[in-house]
Amino acid sequence: MTRGRWLLAASTLILIAGLAFVAAETWRAPLPAIVPPSAKEFDRALIARGGALADTGNCAGCHTASGGRALAGGRPLPTPFGTIHSTNITPDVETGIGAWSREAFVRAMREGIARDGTHLYPAFPYDHFTNATDRDLEAVYAYLLTRSAVSARAPANSLKWPLGFRPLIAGWNLLYLKKGPLADQPGQSAEWNRGRNLVEGLAHCSDCHSPRNAWGAEKREQAYDGAWIEGWYAPPLNAHSPAVRAWTADEVFAYLRTGLSSQHAAAAGPMAGVTQSLAKADDDDVRAMAVYVASLMAAAPSAHPNRRALDREDIADKEHPEGAMLFAGACAVCHAPGAPMMQQGRPPLSWGTALLVDAPHDTLHVIMEGLRPPAGRPGPAMPAFGDDFSDWQLAEIAAYLRARYTKNPPWPDLVKTVGELRRGGAP
Amino acid sequence: MITLTVNGKPHEVDADLDTPLLYVLRNDLALNGAKFGCGLGQCGACTVLVDGKPVFSCLVPLAALGRREVRTLEGLAADGKPAPVPAAFEAEQAAQCGYCIAGMIMRAQALLERNNRPTEAELRAHMAPNLCRCGTHMRILAAVRRAAVAMGGGVQP
Repeated sequence: MTRGRWLLAASTLILIAGLAFVAAETWRAPLPAIVPPSAKEFDRALIARGGALADTGNCAGCHTASGGRALAGGRPLPTPFGTIHSTNITPDVETGIGAWSREAFVRAMREGIARDGTHLYPAFPYDHFTNATDRDLEAVYAYLLTRSAVSARAPANSLKWPLGFRPLIAGWNLLYLKKGPLADQPGQSAEWNRGRNLVEGLAHCSDCHSPRNAWGAEKREQAYDGAWIEGWYAPPLNAHSPAVRAWTADEVFAYLRTGLSSQHAAAAGPMAGVTQSLAKADDDDVRAMAVYVASLMAAAPSAHPNRRALDREDIADKEHPEGAMLFAGACAVCHAPGAPMMQQGRPPLSWGTALLVDAPHDTLHVIMEGLRPPAGRPGPAMPAFGDDFSDWQLAEIAAYLRARYTKNPPWPDLVKTVGELRRGGAP
Repeated sequence: MITLTVNGKPHEVDADLDTPLLYVLRNDLALNGAKFGCGLGQCGACTVLVDGKPVFSCLVPLAALGRREVRTLEGLAADGKPAPVPAAFEAEQAAQCGYCIAGMIMRAQALLERNNRPTEAELRAHMAPNLCRCGTHMRILAAVRRAAVAMGGGVQP
């Protein structure tokens, strides 16, 4: 055999081996369709537990379209790679997961593979759900399969070429999917380990709070460093937390459960929906999550003796007289010390993370859009001020707040950012 | 002195710049349509339009207004004829105690001027910030639907 022919043969073999490997890695067998089990086949306590766990993971948050039926999917999820629509996870046989066996459901949660063997996009956070316990997944399955079936097909995704070709996701999984379930860490309490399992698993907290790489995978070395989500900045939940007051387990618990921490602030933006969902989750589970999340922030500066509320009113009044005037007329009625709202134990503005982080977006979002609890439920409320003020006035109020309640440098380009938020732009 | 444009007319007002617009409307200009409800932007009884957008006038300091145009309930009743929205509220008997109604009318006016064919969902989302403690919301919604028709449109189901 000549040297040239040998090279050709060898490279052909390598290519075939490579293709075989890719095929073996990407191909997943369809699992048989089942006849949807009737509700009677599931233990009622199991269904109830599954419901609480589905709320822990806020399944309905992504799997419900605006104004649509719960869990019937169709909500557009904007990603850097295009728009993906959440799918119907009600037990409808044709358009939902009614024909999915428990094995098919668990495979989807642990490996991101649909019942028919196709790859699901990692916008569905199976890289987290894979960490869940078998027991929890069984309960969530029982809950989902006992909802009323809704016939609803998700609109087609619009992804950048060539991402519409799903087998590519096998490569992503090879690189970034670390299959669970998550093993407990010895030396930590059972409660901490339970919290870790939920936070890193079903609750998928780092999905929003960790920055991602160019392939959309979380950067593990920067876990919980803070990240952008839907135009909001999800602040760090680790030693980099800029919080002024300590995030103790009790404070995290109150925040997650009620959407308000008297030592920090009210939940807003995407986090508001998360806390509304966690309000329906299991009490012990949310407490365990709080224990774990508090431990992530144990090395943050705020973990040391609490600092007093900062209020540099004189300096801020001089630097931003217009902002001071607008604050006095519009904001002070609730936020000034001694205002009726403050008498109810609400935190001063200086304790909120929004004013302390480098990006003004969260502060501006809250001023412009306000806070509105869901219909029929209590929760922190604030009117929207977007139509009350001009772009410049909104920027001036934000600059005033930053100068009055923090010692951090002024935010740059505030007027421009207000304009972007008005146009619905996201960073 | 500050110059305010209210219902198309300029007014000279002697007030501090952080005074809420509502106080000036009621106390200085004797425009008593907008009501003081909660003073916290939670109820909507004080709703007026600023450049066509509904705002809680109890939380809008004069400093915020500049040259922007304020419109109140009184501004809708030009040339003695009831405007479509107030007329629809009357026809539907949408008021119980009536305290919230001026605010409700102004919020509805803002919607219908921009879009006289809103969907029912848009209508409800738009009216949500304003509260009626008597619970006449269903009649209020019926009045806005009637007003939409009177203004050449209609609320889509």
